[in-house]
This record gives sequence, structure tokens and C-alpha cells, in this order.
Amino acid sequence: MKKIILSFLLLMLTQLTHADLNLFVCEPEWAALATELGGDNIEVSSATNALQDPHYIQARPSLISKMGRADLIVCSGAQLEIGWLPMLLRKANNPDILPGSPGFLEASRYVKRLDVTLDSDRSQGDVHPQGNPHIQTNPHNMLLVAVAMTERMVQLDAANADVYQQNLSSFHERWTLAIATWEKQASVLRGKRVIAHHKSWRYLEDWLGLTEVATLEPVSGIPPTASHLASLLNRFGDKGADFIIRAPFQSEKASNWLSERTGIPAVLLPLTVGGTDEASDLFKWFDDIINRLLTAGDL
Amino acid sequence: MRTMTLGVLWVCLISSTTPLLAQSESELDALRAEIAQMRADYESRIAQLEQRLDEAENKAAGQQTPSPSPPPKVAPASQPNQWAAETYAGQTKTSGDNTSNPAIGVIFQGQAWSYGDDPDDYEIPGFPLGGEAGPLPEGLALGETEINISANVDDKFTAWLTVPIAIEDSEVVVELEEAWIETMTMPGGLSLRMGRFYSNIGYLNDKHSHSWDFTDQPLPYQAFLGGQYLDDGLQLRWLVPTDFYLELGAEVTRGDKYPAGGSANSGVGSYALHLRSGGDVGFSNSWQAGLSYLQADADDRESGDEDDPLVFNGQTDLWIAEFVWKWAPNGNSKQRNFIFQTEYMWRNEDGAYTLPETGPLPYDTNQQGWYLQAVYQPIPRWRIGLRYDRLSSDDPGRAFDGTPLMPSSHDPYRYSVMADWSNSEFSRLRLQYTHDEAGFASDNQWGLQYIFSIGAHGAHSF
Repeated sequence: MKKIILSFLLLMLTQLTHADLNLFVCEPEWAALATELGGDNIEVSSATNALQDPHYIQARPSLISKMGRADLIVCSGAQLEIGWLPMLLRKANNPDILPGSPGFLEASRYVKRLDVTLDSDRSQGDVHPQGNPHIQTNPHNMLLVAVAMTERMVQLDAANADVYQQNLSSFHERWTLAIATWEKQASVLRGKRVIAHHKSWRYLEDWLGLTEVATLEPVSGIPPTASHLASLLNRFGDKGADFIIRAPFQSEKASNWLSERTGIPAVLLPLTVGGTDEASDLFKWFDDIINRLLTAGDL
Repeated sequence: MRTMTLGVLWVCLISSTTPLLAQSESELDALRAEIAQMRADYESRIAQLEQRLDEAENKAAGQQTPSPSPPPKVAPASQPNQWAAETYAGQTKTSGDNTSNPAIGVIFQGQAWSYGDDPDDYEIPGFPLGGEAGPLPEGLALGETEINISANVDDKFTAWLTVPIAIEDSEVVVELEEAWIETMTMPGGLSLRMGRFYSNIGYLNDKHSHSWDFTDQPLPYQAFLGGQYLDDGLQLRWLVPTDFYLELGAEVTRGDKYPAGGSANSGVGSYALHLRSGGDVGFSNSWQAGLSYLQADADDRESGDEDDPLVFNGQTDLWIAEFVWKWAPNGNSKQRNFIFQTEYMWRNEDGAYTLPETGPLPYDTNQQGWYLQAVYQPIPRWRIGLRYDRLSSDDPGRAFDGTPLMPSSHDPYRYSVMADWSNSEFSRLRLQYTHDEAGFASDNQWGLQYIFSIGAHGAHSF
């Protein structure tokens, strides 16, 4: 009996995958970025997909085993994953990826965080005192994280350092050019007023000069309520805003309710790669965000 | 070589700008100027990266035993970047209000329960209850107020403390529920926990009461584990490095708490093993299954009526099979989700019972228990659940006729229905109805419960 168990275990051990660098990321945008930078030298899996709210998943078994085998973890941080990442880290028994080690990259540390507050109280909802964690919707931030990610890849897999740096160069060139194009296309959006379902778009707004005038959630993390929607209807009934935006994993009911009564267009925007059919890679993701806003605003 | 790469990239860049030629010259000039600036910025970064690479290569070549190098500081860009973190130190400071203080959370629980019969007379024939098992107090009552404190000790150890404050017979009782230290950096996927902890057997055993889907524990936990098995000792866990989740665990504990008792074997009274696996089926489904074994020695273990206890000397062998299935469309459980959960327990107790009016009577009996439950969240914040739990016992022998160890003619069972509402993930209000055919001939129980948490963010465990 013992022999059978032992040989079973050995069989499983020999089936381990052997990429040069094994990445585990919390959100799909970091998987897409890692693939740009690591190419064939890395294997990457994401804890969440574009249709999941990254704040609310559970530390499920498949994630524990993936984290146990990872060389590098990339997560947005700023408490976005606070409900499940500490639990996963504790269960994964992997000393290489603990916070503070080279194998743990908190992406939001490399960008200017917005809405950092020392004066937080949960009566304002599930606010993150370390700042808004949804940093990915400003493409400049992707570039900053790309540099940080490449540094870690070089540090952890020096044999492929040249490849990672070439990939970074290539990505840097293509991305800066793309940013220039997006900024040009989106210049007409400057000053537009948005009502967001959740404060998921602060960095997009900051980048494009949009003004967030309200959220559908009464306070952060609490689903829209009838009384709050009624007050929004009161405030914005005479088209006091230009867009009502939401992510794919947020219910369309509240958006549509307010849109039908105010005439303000309700827009679904991909919050990450894969959030819509069109947003199939990093570049097309921002193409799609801007396209959807321009189309909805008839601009 | 690198200069050449740069050249090639520059050519690519120029060629990729050709579609823009249709646009006006002035716009193009502006774009070119912008790109030139970005290029200057980027070349300085490449130089920095090259230098770091050389350092890394020298290090890799020169070192026999690689030691972890400190995480690199990103060199500031030659042009100030308005989107970058101004200084890492500054940004860390904003998140550092509890960097060396432990995370502290407090969970408030309370309930109001109503019974048809007097819960003080509650007993399940054939299954004398031990440990913390038993009905909730009747009427308005405070549940456990639980204080959780946790922090990393240093780079190798992390610590956890759970101190519930409970009211027992109008007295305030401060208990020590969990107090453990765990390793973080053991190699080979291993970790060692030491101290007082909930055993990792079964699915529900190590879940704190505020995360249960029903207010009380199902019957097999009450009958076989005294509610939850908690003891002092060591726990070793091994996450097997496979493509799928497989965890093995072993525990050695003092054997002081029900179903162990009396710290037998010179204070090494019980041991436990568990094996657990799980995975995903598509994006919407995930599951976990496990098998656990607990062997506990009982040395003058008391159960049943506190004033006239039954005293057991002998050994308990307990097997637990667990299975949990969770579903949420695309794994987005905040909107809608469904949980199916079941556990089966088999127990043998072999030894001798001493009853208040008898000498030791030999006892060797097999018993079983199981429950099935399903919880569905149809819309955000609202959940409904259904649970069925049941016990069965072999006949312990004629010597136990008329004693609390003789099971009744029908198997004890209950069914429960609950509905709960959670304003946020930090608050929950629950209504539960239980039809009990276990302790009484037949009893209908109604209850309301609240659970609130402040402070440290709770964990979303599977």
C-alpha cells in the first residue's frame, strides 16, 4: 500500500511543468503584461478572470497549488486582494513569494496612487486607505509596472535577461506610441462627467481628464440601492453627466435604470484584458475603452 | 549588440508611424518631438537595466551559494514621470500605520433563540454530548465576542491569537481559542504550526463560528467532536508540488479536549491525519474533497450531564469524508453563487464507560453521522440555505439499557432552513428555523442571529 502511494506521488512529481519562470498573477492585465515581457520563457496563470471582481474571490484549492509552484507573484495590491491573497500566501507554503522577497511584486507600489487616505472609516464603505487599487486603467502605469516586472524577471531568471530586456524595449516603444495615439483620440473626452458603478475608473479618469460626479454604489462596495438611485435621478435628471460606466462583472440593472430615465448613455467598459470580446490583448483593451466612450458619446 | 537592437527598434518605430503621415505635418512634428523625448528617457532606463544585468551576471557567476539579493530600487527616470510613485518610502508610509502593530479584528455575535421544549433538558440518546456541544441558550443572548490578533513575528514565523469572550451562566469567561505560531519559510512546501489550534480534520472543524452558514454546527460535529476539535500541539502540513491541489497534514496534540480527554499517554493523547484535494471545473465551478482521521485517547473523559457526567476511558477512532462544491457564474460570486457541502463521519469508541451509578462497563460501539447542506445566493447580499443532519448508532449492548448511551429507536435527525442578509462583507443578519428530531421527541426551533466584524479584513477561505 505504502509503495503504491509513494509511486503515485513520484509520478505526480515528475509531471511538473518546467517553464523558466513560473508566474502567478492576481489580475488578468498583469498576465497579459507578463506575456508581453516574458514571451515563451514564462508560464503565467491568473487568479481572476476579466468577469470576476478581484476583491471577492476565495482562496480556492486550485489557486493554492498554483501559488505553491510560483517563482513570481504579481498583484495590484493596495489591499485589493486583502480578502484572499494573505490566505493563499499562508496556505501555499512557498517561501520564495512572500511579501518583501524578490518573488512578490505589488504593482501599485510603482505608480502614483490616487485617493490615499489616512482618514478611512468603513462607514464610507470598503475603502482602501492605501489608495485606489485599480491602477491598470492608466496606460502610463502599465509602463511603470512593466519596468518593475522586467527587473524582477531579470533578477529571478538571469539566464534570459537579454530576452526580457529586448521584450521590454519592444513593448516600451509600441506602448508609448499607442499612448500617444490614444491620448490624441481621447482628447475630446476631456472634461466629460461620468457616473461610475464603483470607483474602478479613477486612474482612467485621471489620465483622460474625466470628472467622476457620482457612483451608483451608495458607498464603496455596497450594491446600488433604490433610494440612492432615486437621488442620482434627482441630481442628474437633466443630463448632468455624460456617461454611466460599469465593468463587466457589475450588474447592468442599476446602469440601465438610470440611463433609461436620464438619457445618459450606459457604457460597459472592459476593466481588464478580456473584459469584452474586443479587448483581446493589452493594446486592443485600451482601443476598446476609448472606442466605447467615443461611440457612446457620439464624439 | 544592444546598440544594434536599439537601431532595429528605432526603424520599427519609424515604420510604424507611417500610417500617421496622412495627418497634418504639425501634429506629426509634435508626435516626433514627444517620441524623441520618450526615447531619451527610455535609453537611460536601458542603460540602468544593463548595468544591473551586469551586476546580476557577475553575482551569479561569482557566487557558489546564492543569497537573496535585496529587491532592486527602480532608478528614477531621467525625466520626472508624473504618473510614477514619487518616492517609495513616502508611499509606504501611507500604508504603514500598522506595519509593526498586529492586525486586530473583533467579531460581534448575538442571537435570540426559541425552543418548544426546555433546552436545559436537551440530550441525544446514545450520543452523550461533550466539549462545547449543545443547544444555544434560549432567548436573547450574546454569542462569542471574538478578538483576533495576528502578525508576522519575523521573517520566518507568523502568529495568530483568537480570544473569545463568552457569557457562561451569567459569568464573563475569557477563553483561549487559538494561539499558534506557524513557519513561513520551510522548504519543500512544508509548514509547521505549534500551539493551540483547531484541528484541520473535516471541512468545518477549523472554521470559526462566524463563517458558518448556519448558526449551529451539524449533528455529527456536535456528537463526535464536541462542536469543534481544538487542542494543543503540533501540526505539519505539506503542499504536494503537483499541478493540482493536494495537501497532506499530520497533527500530534495533547489530548485534553473532547473527544480526547485527560491528556493520556503522558500528554501526547491524540493524533490526526488529513488529505485534501480540489480544483476548478471551468470558470464557474470549484470543488474540494478530503479525508481525515483522528485517533484520540480518553482518560477519564466526561460527557453528558455536567453534574452527573458519564466517564469514558478508552480510544476514539474517527474518520471524516468531506466534499464541497461551489458554483458562481464565471466565478463572480458577489452576484450569484451556490454552495453544496456534505460530510460523513464514522466513529468507533472502544473502552469502558463509568456511569454515575455503575462501575466500568465495557463499551465498543460504531456510530455514524452525516449532513448535507446547500446555500444559494440569488441576488447580491441575500442567501438562503437548507441543511439536513443525521446520526445513527449500533446497539452498545444490554448493559446500557435505560442509560444515556442507549440510542433511541429512531435515528436522531434535524432539518434546518436559513435566510441571511449581508449589507457588506462585514455584517450579516440571519433567520434560522430548525425542526429537531434528535434531542427531543420533536421540537421546532426559531432563531435570529447577527454577526458583525470590525478591524482586520476577514479571509475569504474556500
